[in-house]
Amino acid sequence: MTIPQLSIFIENRSGTLIKVLEVLKQANIQIIASTIADTAEYGIYRIICSEPTRACEELKNAGIAVAISDVFAIELDDQPGRAADAVKMFSEAGISITYMYSFLLRSKGILIFRTDDNAHAAQVIQQNNLKSMTP
Amino acid sequence: MIWNPNKECMSRDEMSALQGKRLHKIVEYVYHNVPFYRNKLQEMDIRPDDIQTIEDIRKLPFTTKKDLRDNYPFGLQAAPQSEIIRVHASSGTTGNPTIVGYTRKDIGVWSECMARCLTSYGVTRNDIFSVSYGYGLFTGGLGAHYGVEHIGASVIPAGTGNTEKHLKLIRDLGITGIACTPSYALYLAETMDKLGIRKEDIKLRVGAFGAEPWTEQMRQEIQDRLGLKGFNLYGLSEVMGPSVSYECQMQHGSHICEDHFYPEIINPVTLEPLPAGQTGELVFTTLTKEGMPVLRYRTRDLCSLMPGICDCGRTAVRMSRIEGRSDDMLIIRGINVFPSQVESVVLSMPEFAPRYMMIVDRVNNLDTLQVQVEIRQEYFTGIFDTPAAIDALEKKLASKLKSVLSIAAKVQLKAPNTIERSQGKSAHVIDKRKL
Repeated sequence: MTIPQLSIFIENRSGTLIKVLEVLKQANIQIIASTIADTAEYGIYRIICSEPTRACEELKNAGIAVAISDVFAIELDDQPGRAADAVKMFSEAGISITYMYSFLLRSKGILIFRTDDNAHAAQVIQQNNLKSMTP
Repeated sequence: MIWNPNKECMSRDEMSALQGKRLHKIVEYVYHNVPFYRNKLQEMDIRPDDIQTIEDIRKLPFTTKKDLRDNYPFGLQAAPQSEIIRVHASSGTTGNPTIVGYTRKDIGVWSECMARCLTSYGVTRNDIFSVSYGYGLFTGGLGAHYGVEHIGASVIPAGTGNTEKHLKLIRDLGITGIACTPSYALYLAETMDKLGIRKEDIKLRVGAFGAEPWTEQMRQEIQDRLGLKGFNLYGLSEVMGPSVSYECQMQHGSHICEDHFYPEIINPVTLEPLPAGQTGELVFTTLTKEGMPVLRYRTRDLCSLMPGICDCGRTAVRMSRIEGRSDDMLIIRGINVFPSQVESVVLSMPEFAPRYMMIVDRVNNLDTLQVQVEIRQEYFTGIFDTPAAIDALEKKLASKLKSVLSIAAKVQLKAPNTIERSQGKSAHVIDKRKL
């Protein structure tokens, strides 16, 4: 029910982001969605991409601190209010969302998130017939 | 004013005779009570009776910080535990701190020497004196405290921290003297400006500044801003603590309590004694200490000795300002810090690569220490996909550093292979402080 996401540690200085992107480009990996959680000194660059396992290996070989995290990705109709409806289901089930980002893919809204209780979150997704994006 | 003219102004011949007599006694004492020294002396075929005059000191072996570490915790202690009434500890170069035990007599000598310092600065029983060094294992707080009590002044055991409250006491109680690090004195001045307290509002007139190197320019600035006269106070716990030497009203070199602590200057490479006036490594032999006497302890502080009678009337030899170190020790907020201590902590955590960089700076007159470490690729797992997880890892290292160094360090996590791998003594340190 989850999909793999690359989580990459990057320092806040110029040249660190392009290094990651160049490696992915050289490896012919396509980025589908990405976001950076930034702090004063570093960022965590989160990427949903094609061939995540190979992408991870390529980045590691380039000396980059990268790991694969499992995140949920649910498809929503491209209409106002759908994200609120979805998040409410988790909120009512007492599940905290650790982080979340979204993008549009083929006229569908995709909501990517991690929770503090993945097993429980999977139940909520099933019970509410939410559609998960497949890896 | 002179606390003990008999000793501080003794003729050179009398002083040498007294030092020679005491040296013989202390060598005999450690020979019979400290296996470490007995073995060393026997190896060199030296018997206590070979040491009769102070010149004979050159026959004796040196003692180093490593010797103290190798004999942790009580290996160099000469007095039985039942005679030890106080134990202090200072930074060791790696995991273990240096432990120093004091007998009742040692505490008495310490108070006497500290009284000489304070009297030389002009402090009397009529003063209200704030001790603003750290109290605890560090010798600064209690060492100064006992001296202030000994001369009968009112001691305010302010310790460190809570500067605003401290300033309120300085103003409201009419505190006239203070002992602290010179950088803390500047920080006090800064906080006064912030709170709108003028130097006319306070009665500070004497400052005893030590535990870290400082310059003549810093002295001028502290004196101008706090409206006091500032004096150098020198000491190290391996020898005693603060009070080993002190400036007089001439503010030209620090007089050594040389009836208790015999100084030599050596070439740190050849270990040969250097003539007066030349800069080299300062070495001390404790002439009267019972708890943990040291023979020719290498302080690693670089300075020179100034013989001759001072205009203040004292004959006690003076030492110049500390010009540097012959090792990589740093003094941060008055606390001795060795890069090897940071190294031992970093190596104990597999999450980090065995590399680090220490960045020392001074911001608003307060020293700051930042420790940069690299996350190890194989330890960077999926759980580190949030800043909270990475911050927790940084905090874990910061808290270990705090417990080993006794000062707070800010940890900065770096990407793998970003810290320069270089060899050499100061390769792990960037000291941006400008004194």
